[in-house]
Amino acid sequence: MDNLSALMDGFATVVQPAYLLYALFGVFIGTAVGVLPGIGPAMTIALLLPLTYSLDATAAIIVFAGIYYGGMYGGSTTSILLNTPGESASIVTALEGHKMARLGRGAAALATAAIGSFVAGTIATVLLTLVAPVMARWAVQLGEPDYFALMVVAFITVGALLGRSVPRGMVALSLGLFLGLMGTDTLTGQQRFTFGVSNLADGLDVVIVAVGLFAVGEALYVASRMRHGPVHVIPVEKGWRSWMKPEDWRRSWKPWLRGTVIGFPIGTIPAGGADVATFLSYATERKLARRHKDEFGKGAIEGVAGPEAANNAAASGVLVPLLTLGLPTTATAAIIIVAFQSYGIQPGPMLFQTQTSLVWALVASLYIGNLMLIVLNLPLVGMWVKVLQIPRHYLYAGILLFGALGSYALSFSPIDVLILLVIGVVGFFMRRYGYPVAPMVVGMILGPMAEDRLRRSLTISQGDLSYLVTSPFAATAYVSILVIVGLGLWLKHREKRANAELSRLGEEIREESQSQEVN
Amino acid sequence: MTVVLAYAPGELGTASARTAGRAAALLGARVVIVNATRADRLVDPRWADEAELARVIEILDEAHVDHEVRHLRSGALPADVVLEVAEEVDAVLVVVGLRRRTPVGKLVLGSTPQQILLRATCPVLAVKA
Repeated sequence: MDNLSALMDGFATVVQPAYLLYALFGVFIGTAVGVLPGIGPAMTIALLLPLTYSLDATAAIIVFAGIYYGGMYGGSTTSILLNTPGESASIVTALEGHKMARLGRGAAALATAAIGSFVAGTIATVLLTLVAPVMARWAVQLGEPDYFALMVVAFITVGALLGRSVPRGMVALSLGLFLGLMGTDTLTGQQRFTFGVSNLADGLDVVIVAVGLFAVGEALYVASRMRHGPVHVIPVEKGWRSWMKPEDWRRSWKPWLRGTVIGFPIGTIPAGGADVATFLSYATERKLARRHKDEFGKGAIEGVAGPEAANNAAASGVLVPLLTLGLPTTATAAIIIVAFQSYGIQPGPMLFQTQTSLVWALVASLYIGNLMLIVLNLPLVGMWVKVLQIPRHYLYAGILLFGALGSYALSFSPIDVLILLVIGVVGFFMRRYGYPVAPMVVGMILGPMAEDRLRRSLTISQGDLSYLVTSPFAATAYVSILVIVGLGLWLKHREKRANAELSRLGEEIREESQSQEVN
Repeated sequence: MTVVLAYAPGELGTASARTAGRAAALLGARVVIVNATRADRLVDPRWADEAELARVIEILDEAHVDHEVRHLRSGALPADVVLEVAEEVDAVLVVVGLRRRTPVGKLVLGSTPQQILLRATCPVLAVKA
């Protein structure tokens, strides 16, 4: 019961007007970046990190939680109305959602996505409230080799599953691990890979790498692309009466709950985050639909309700290993770890004891953020769509300026800005040749942590490597790598089929827009 | 003789199309419909889709005038595109829609119709919705 009172304390913190405003700011920014394709919550948090150093930890974490959640809501809007997923977890939503919008049922699709996200987000946050403290208590008993095993699990699954191809994911991960090694060795004080440059003695700042890869790389990539003609937004009927008809409610509530049940556990295990959950939920709904089976692929509301619920539930699920083990399973979670670290807080099993008020304020802000998001999203769809009318050059110039300013502000050194640009160019070529950047960021953040655990275990065992695998938990973890990767690849395979369907759809639209040109 | 219609989707665009149709019928001219985007953003509400262009063509057919569509993606400003086309086809008239603008809007944003009105070398017919 002490958890409940701690949660209430968290609520008491969050409902202070200042924190409510921070939460509102977070969900606002989060929704906006979720709506914009190519700009995601991970990049936004990385961009805002240097600027939030002046805030207290609670305020910053509340803003980041809002961005994290808002991104999940915003992505569905673009998927449904434009058939251009705002972020990877909304790809599935486009399958049915865009068809619905074309049939003039866009309002219903948006409503079921938003309400489903709210329902799933709230249930998943309740689950998080219940599961996380128990898990933290259990995690305290884990030894150093167990943690190392968990991190290896995270490396392998993130590398294998966050990108489209396993070898490329692994290359990106290794690059990240290498960048994590740069700087002064904490145990012996030796300089590693600094090439005699004194600025590198403290290692590369993760924020610079994250901003470089996500923001600068993306901006260069967008700049390098041929300009595609504008996409058409499908207009949505005004007025809340058109949102959901009784029939829609009847068809939506079961997928919402099923999506939650699928999404939350997938979020908690390191299996590539929310995207996998959405594909699984879509497949389930498709299989379970009896009466409306023929509607799938032509705009079935279940195909929007399920995946949207699953993606928000997974987003909460990701917070479980993040808060209890300090284990990030997505790029955004990895950046949130950096945010914690920048305040001198190390997420891990002790977090619930040492930072009780912060953690519970974070959980409480998730409940409130969810509520804000549903209020913000449904009536303001028109405004979110307007965000898409911002000319790209203004948008990306702003992002570049923000990124450069932020990396300069980290230590007031122009060298950092140069490093940012170099990493940005690397990020551009990675995007250009299909290497995922997320594993690189995760590798860089998790790498030093894993190294620390490994060397401590080896010190304890006096160099005996078998110590790493003899603990039952560690052994189980190594075995589970095979299971998770196998399962994940199977899911990816299904995802690819869905993707093929999606790209065919995209092709159709492109052809349409080409035939529109009557020159 | 040619009339150039600067078209953007919406009520104003439809009204301009009707006026252009009438004017062209009176002059015995054909209509060149110009719709342009700079393609620098994901969503451009001034970029007409096929259905919207079909509607304009229908309006012009009802007015019994010849027509031609110039649906252009160009880095130039829409006003420049319209003026360029007007010069190229040696237009006798440019038809453009005018919308009310707030004082702040006037301060911050440019105006396509204003550019066309000021810089066109032929008469310009301004239509209000």
